[in-house]
Amino acid sequence: MAITGLPGGRAASVPLMGHETEPTMFELSVVGRSAAQLRTTGVPTRPLADMVGAAHVKREPVALADLSERDLVGHFTRLSHRQFSVDLGAYPLGSCTMKYNPKFCDAVAADPALNGVHPGAPSTLTQGWLELLVDLEEKLCAITGMAAATLQPAAGAAGELTGLLLMRAYHASRGEDRRRVIIPDSAHGTNPASVTLGGYEVTTVPSNERGLVDLEALRGALGPDVAGIMLTNPNTVGLFEEEITEIATAVHDAGGLLYYDGANLNAIVGVVRPGDMGFDIVHMNLHKTFATPHGGGGPGAGPVAVSVRLADFLPGPKATRLSDGTYDWVAPAKSIGRVHGWHGNAMVLARALAYIDVHGGDGLTRVAQHAVLNANWLRRRLADTLPAAYDRPCMHEAVLSATALKAATGVRGLDVAKALLDEGFHSPTVYFPLIVDEALMFEPTETESPQTLEALAQAVERIVARADTEADELHHAPHHTPVSRVDEARAARHLIATEDAATR
Amino acid sequence: MADYLPHTDEEVRDMLDFLGLDSLEHLFAHIPAAVRLSGGLDIEPGLSEPDVAAIFAGYGEANAARTNAMTCFAGAGAYDHEVPAVVKALGSRSEFVTAYTPYQPEVAQGVLQAIFEYQTLISRLSGLPIANASLYDGATALVEALNMAGGATTRSRMYVSSGVHPHWRAVARTFAAGTGHEIIEVPLVDGLTQWASVDTSDAAAIVVAYPNYLGVLEDLSDARALAGAASGLFIVAGDPVAAGVLKSAGDWGADVFIGEGQPFGTALAFGGPYLGLFACTMDQVRRLPGRIVGETLDSNGRRSFVTTLRAREQDIRREKATSNVCTNQTLMAVTAAIQLGWLGTSGLRDVATRCAEGAHYLFDAVTAVEGVEAVSSQAFLREFALRLPRRASDVIADMAASGILAGVAASALAPAGDPSLEGIENVLLVAVTEKRTRVELDAYAELLRKAVA
Repeated sequence: MAITGLPGGRAASVPLMGHETEPTMFELSVVGRSAAQLRTTGVPTRPLADMVGAAHVKREPVALADLSERDLVGHFTRLSHRQFSVDLGAYPLGSCTMKYNPKFCDAVAADPALNGVHPGAPSTLTQGWLELLVDLEEKLCAITGMAAATLQPAAGAAGELTGLLLMRAYHASRGEDRRRVIIPDSAHGTNPASVTLGGYEVTTVPSNERGLVDLEALRGALGPDVAGIMLTNPNTVGLFEEEITEIATAVHDAGGLLYYDGANLNAIVGVVRPGDMGFDIVHMNLHKTFATPHGGGGPGAGPVAVSVRLADFLPGPKATRLSDGTYDWVAPAKSIGRVHGWHGNAMVLARALAYIDVHGGDGLTRVAQHAVLNANWLRRRLADTLPAAYDRPCMHEAVLSATALKAATGVRGLDVAKALLDEGFHSPTVYFPLIVDEALMFEPTETESPQTLEALAQAVERIVARADTEADELHHAPHHTPVSRVDEARAARHLIATEDAATR
Repeated sequence: MADYLPHTDEEVRDMLDFLGLDSLEHLFAHIPAAVRLSGGLDIEPGLSEPDVAAIFAGYGEANAARTNAMTCFAGAGAYDHEVPAVVKALGSRSEFVTAYTPYQPEVAQGVLQAIFEYQTLISRLSGLPIANASLYDGATALVEALNMAGGATTRSRMYVSSGVHPHWRAVARTFAAGTGHEIIEVPLVDGLTQWASVDTSDAAAIVVAYPNYLGVLEDLSDARALAGAASGLFIVAGDPVAAGVLKSAGDWGADVFIGEGQPFGTALAFGGPYLGLFACTMDQVRRLPGRIVGETLDSNGRRSFVTTLRAREQDIRREKATSNVCTNQTLMAVTAAIQLGWLGTSGLRDVATRCAEGAHYLFDAVTAVEGVEAVSSQAFLREFALRLPRRASDVIADMAASGILAGVAASALAPAGDPSLEGIENVLLVAVTEKRTRVELDAYAELLRKAVA
């Protein structure tokens, strides 16, 4: 089919503008400048040493950067021109779900009636927030098919560790000392790291030739010392674990629990629920599935939902609806305790609830369908250019491989990814998952149009077509970005992590 | 129904044709029918944005404590500071808001340089040579610092002053269940940590807060000496605003500085997202958790920035990693750099000094009220604890009726009580920021007088 024949122009992406090196704020600083304007309070002034004692007072004030407001605005605006973002263009970074973040959800969260509430104010004065949190918990449970949830974990990795501590508390309550957690070899790196911090040992099970968990190898790894398994489904290769029921039965029969890494929940919302697949613990990345902005690498939010038998162990206190219709903080009976300084990343939680409310159950299902449609279309469209690692329908992301391209031309997956930056697109995820050679993981997301997908596909085709004759230029791509290929080894060898470590 | 999907029905049909499928449902045909959801999600149909806005306005109206309706004297780790229009405008630029972790540095110099500037500012404020790109919040920064100490010493006993925020200690206890660390909470008397009450010779870490959660400024020399004697890490949990005028963690000889960065441009936000500050000595840099941005050159010799020392991180070390952190709170860190750029050297000093002036003015006024006394006789900067003749939660409720959020009840932070704080039900934590006027401070004292009369 010819998407290019459809109406609608070439809606895609453009390269960044900011090609000039921007001075640091410290280089822009001129002693004596100041932008700050503080409220006139009428409070009498007093010497600091009289108030706190001379022993505590710093002799010299800490030098920051002294800027005018106009220079401050210029500096950070110019920096922003050196930064690619979803709002600028397509960002098919696999596994990260860089979909459009609705402005409405940001506006909701900017309301001072939510944003200006102190987290330590008593529950009687924050009833709206508690109600919001309870409403979100109920909807997340409906989406995952679980009984109860904690909203405290600040990110997916924090949710993972929370889940493992729940697993630990559950087994301990039954007087069982289980030491191992099973992880497939395709898992995100956070999984094994979380297992270690949860006090468990990692047992890795291999994937089979179809990119799925090898069921026989899993059965062989199970035993009375296994606390559970962590699974991502669809997995990191973008494929659905079709034997999930058999996996769940095997793990449960061995007395273990199933942990669902919700990194890819966005592919199945409204289609299949982790609870119905047999999972006991589920973390969700709200910044992925429910489109809260990624903020350049945080904030996220990683709520954890559990089945009935684990609900009493959840972190607390939790916002809870009481029988009289009011709300209060209540600690679950056998709570593992707090996992966040306050109540979790509340403004991220509010954005996610707004996103859920706008879409509703029907809209969320459509989101998953279109995400899978876009990924499969792109996989098929590029089949002759960069073949998929596994020649089967994928879910929300397509893992392609540059193995053949590299063998034929020497151009690697990394070169293709860097050259895409010159085409005005963000790169896909490269060299992950580890089990795929020369992996290029594309997650187009549901919010990119067919025209944008076609433009992306054509950009990939152009790059691959150049590989025969312009391999050297591709090895040195990108050429039209604010900076060219960055020397990562030098940064690690000569660590300069602050202005003060630099020689200017 | 409206949504954010661009596809027309015709385009969907065209794409399905290309895939040889009849319907969107066929995309999921390989999922076993036994687990597939029939009948859809049990969630109401979608609403338009204005309809959802009305629901959220209802949530907001039910928050009596919102700062646009109530004058805030609550602190305990979250402070009502001035965040000017310019910081909000720059911090909400969509290039910063809608990017992700800078995996492709050639198109992420904006975020990378802003983090580099943030790291420099936190390094200077902490008096330590290196800072990371931030962690989730102050409480999880404490957990990461304890994990660093465990790794550095291969010991497991962590001596934590009871002056460290009760929530932070609670979070540390939770995660110790996984690491096997033993958290020993050292009691306070008159707001000062009683280090002599414990044998710390096997300490992996000595942790003290400066100022502590009762507002008290302790002399940290003894704690520093104990950490040295045990060859453990000396961890200082500091208020970053105080760092503008008080001795820095580095001045006190800290190996690690941790803190809650919310006061630098982040709204109260009902507790999150905030950002955890983390800085340390160069001895510990290989154990430093989270992202670090470093300066380097591009292939044309131009200054560039990139995430560095990646060999420490979970995606490379997997089960051998000492931290599972894979993101930070970049947007809050960028905002902190912008806010500190707005404040500048003199602005941060002014903020810290004005907080102290307001707090001391209020302290003098309220401790003159019959029945109200200070919990500690020690020095404080911008926050103090009062012992009231009534339950603090009741006093907060009374004063809220007159539009003042009087503070945080200590018992709300430590529902199971705190051995260091007798009669915790009557203890009120009060914080004053640079925003509070003399009129507001006078009104506070008068309302408190009525509330305890």
